[in-house]
Amino acid sequence: MAPLLEVRNLVTRFYTEQGVVHAVNGISYELDEGESLGIVGESGSGKSVSVLSLMGLIPSPPGRVESGEVIFNGRDLLTLRQSEMRKVRGREVAMIFQDPMTSLNPVLTIGRQMTEGLKLHLGMNESQARNRAAEMLNLVGIPGAEDRLSDYPHQFSGGQRQRIMIAMALSTNPALLIADEPTTALDVTIQAQIVELVKQLQEKLGMAIIWITHDLGVVAGMVEQVAVMYAGYIVEQGSVWEIYKQPAHPYTLGLLQSLPKVDAKNQTRLASIKGLPPDLRQEFDSCPFAPRCPYVIDKCEEENPSLLPTDVPERRAACWRWDTVLEEESRFGVEA
Amino acid sequence: MSRENGKEVLVGVRNLKKHFPIYRGVFRRQVGAVRAVDGITFDIYKGETFGLVGESGCGKSTTGRTILQLLEPTEGKVIFEDKELTSLSKSEMRRARRDMQMIFQDPYASLNPRMTVGGIVAEPLEVHSIGSRKTRKERVKELLDLVGLNPYFINRYPHEFSGGQRQRIGVARALASNPSFIVADEPISALDVSIQAQVVNLLDDLKAELGLTYLFIAHDLSMVRYISDRVGVMYLGRIVELSERDEVYDHPLHPYTQALLSAIPIPDPEKESQRQRIILEGSVPSPSNPPSGCHFHPRCAYATEICSDVDPEFRNLGTSNQPHWVACHHAEKFL
Repeated sequence: MAPLLEVRNLVTRFYTEQGVVHAVNGISYELDEGESLGIVGESGSGKSVSVLSLMGLIPSPPGRVESGEVIFNGRDLLTLRQSEMRKVRGREVAMIFQDPMTSLNPVLTIGRQMTEGLKLHLGMNESQARNRAAEMLNLVGIPGAEDRLSDYPHQFSGGQRQRIMIAMALSTNPALLIADEPTTALDVTIQAQIVELVKQLQEKLGMAIIWITHDLGVVAGMVEQVAVMYAGYIVEQGSVWEIYKQPAHPYTLGLLQSLPKVDAKNQTRLASIKGLPPDLRQEFDSCPFAPRCPYVIDKCEEENPSLLPTDVPERRAACWRWDTVLEEESRFGVEA
Repeated sequence: MSRENGKEVLVGVRNLKKHFPIYRGVFRRQVGAVRAVDGITFDIYKGETFGLVGESGCGKSTTGRTILQLLEPTEGKVIFEDKELTSLSKSEMRRARRDMQMIFQDPYASLNPRMTVGGIVAEPLEVHSIGSRKTRKERVKELLDLVGLNPYFINRYPHEFSGGQRQRIGVARALASNPSFIVADEPISALDVSIQAQVVNLLDDLKAELGLTYLFIAHDLSMVRYISDRVGVMYLGRIVELSERDEVYDHPLHPYTQALLSAIPIPDPEKESQRQRIILEGSVPSPSNPPSGCHFHPRCAYATEICSDVDPEFRNLGTSNQPHWVACHHAEKFL
């Protein structure tokens, strides 16, 4: 069976006055129906731009999707006309964003905002749409759903607003939900509520999920596959269970080692990754992580490694020295 | 300096309150108050890092600012090196400020974009008339070197630096007047993961090198466990639990602390899949109208009648050597 989503060699650049920003540099991944993928990276790693590109939401100018294919349900989304793309967005692929405060319109009622998509995409009439909206609000755990449809966004808390965004995104029964840092603006206890909710909804509704985050912890209990991004490249990809235990890329290893553990006494000094992420106004002939990498060899400066299979099944890494890195004991392999 | 358990108390906080009035109507009548900090008492020992954790709106930042008298307390006392700060005159307070400084959360907003790095770091020296123009410049270079920045950057502007570097500038400024006590208010939450460890390690090194005492305010519980010696957990303007770091994290006695700890995502899929999460219902109530009795009772799974009627006492359930303070009627259950 063909995968639900296949991204091939996606390249996105921004043409700014300060130069060409190489935001996404040829990334590829696949996602099956009902599967979940976590895209992990720091700010500026291209994780958000990569999904905005496949949704056709890159502001142009200055942005441009230069090349690549995004095959979703057998069609290349990048070749669709605006009007066709509009039917995909919100209907087959839905998205939730980081800030639930700014992604809801403050002057329209929740009911109005929730029914808009239902009427547009599913051709429902007002009362059908309101019923469906209330049903979805119930599903995401907002009590008194029927009455609350006439409330405005400011009458809800941050966590509730994110629940409403999720209800809205899933109301058209999309095959793919893209979540762009949906819990970053929320407190930990509320974050736990939202993660739990999305997990339950996925079991119930069976949609595929792409979950973008900078927090390695959030995706650990949430997704099956992880892609780690750095400087617009996927530098490592594999199953979540193994990647945390035995990373094959020095950047993944560095990220894991720089995190303090909440459940261990007497922790050793945090290993920090030296230096800064690179300026993306350049094309990389060398490995973009080389200047910060403790494993760097001459070859890293000469040739940028591509994402290639390693000895670990289904694991790919963009590193010349993945075999050495794999041997390194990640701090999660040993008990403190 | 007063002592407790053989440790010197550097900062003593006694029943500290900060209420922000709410005004309404044409005559700006006060109709209520946001009780951001609502009666907290604790000590910070000399040379320790005291971690203050809690969710947004619990009053942890207000606590830090009120301790430094950047906000005037509504009630209560702050004793710093045997001086009662709330009773000091303006000039006395200004003198005392030398010894207590602050590092802010947002390294983008807390540095004046029109001042050079040298000007920013030298400002506390000028304000407190420390040194001459020439020695100040030397001191600034020394400080930049201390926080791991090239002294050569002295004439650059904040926009030329990354977030992590800017935070280092903020640290250098805080250290300029040679303080003994630093309030670090979420100093790493605006930084990327790979940079956070750099700044935390820097703070750790400086503490050892200069004998500093920190009040480290953060919502990242993993980082607080890593950096702190003792930890206080705040909820709706009150400290609900306080003890040694490992005590709080390994044997939490307050249901809120337990829920908070269980909510932290652990970057280890194996542990994640085995964890039992306590998912709290609802969200934090408004501090302008906190629930009666124990502030946490509407969200608490163990709440009984007494919890909604009676304010729980903040009591020590640990030993005298290792106190474990908790404000919960039912804390014995978790011993």
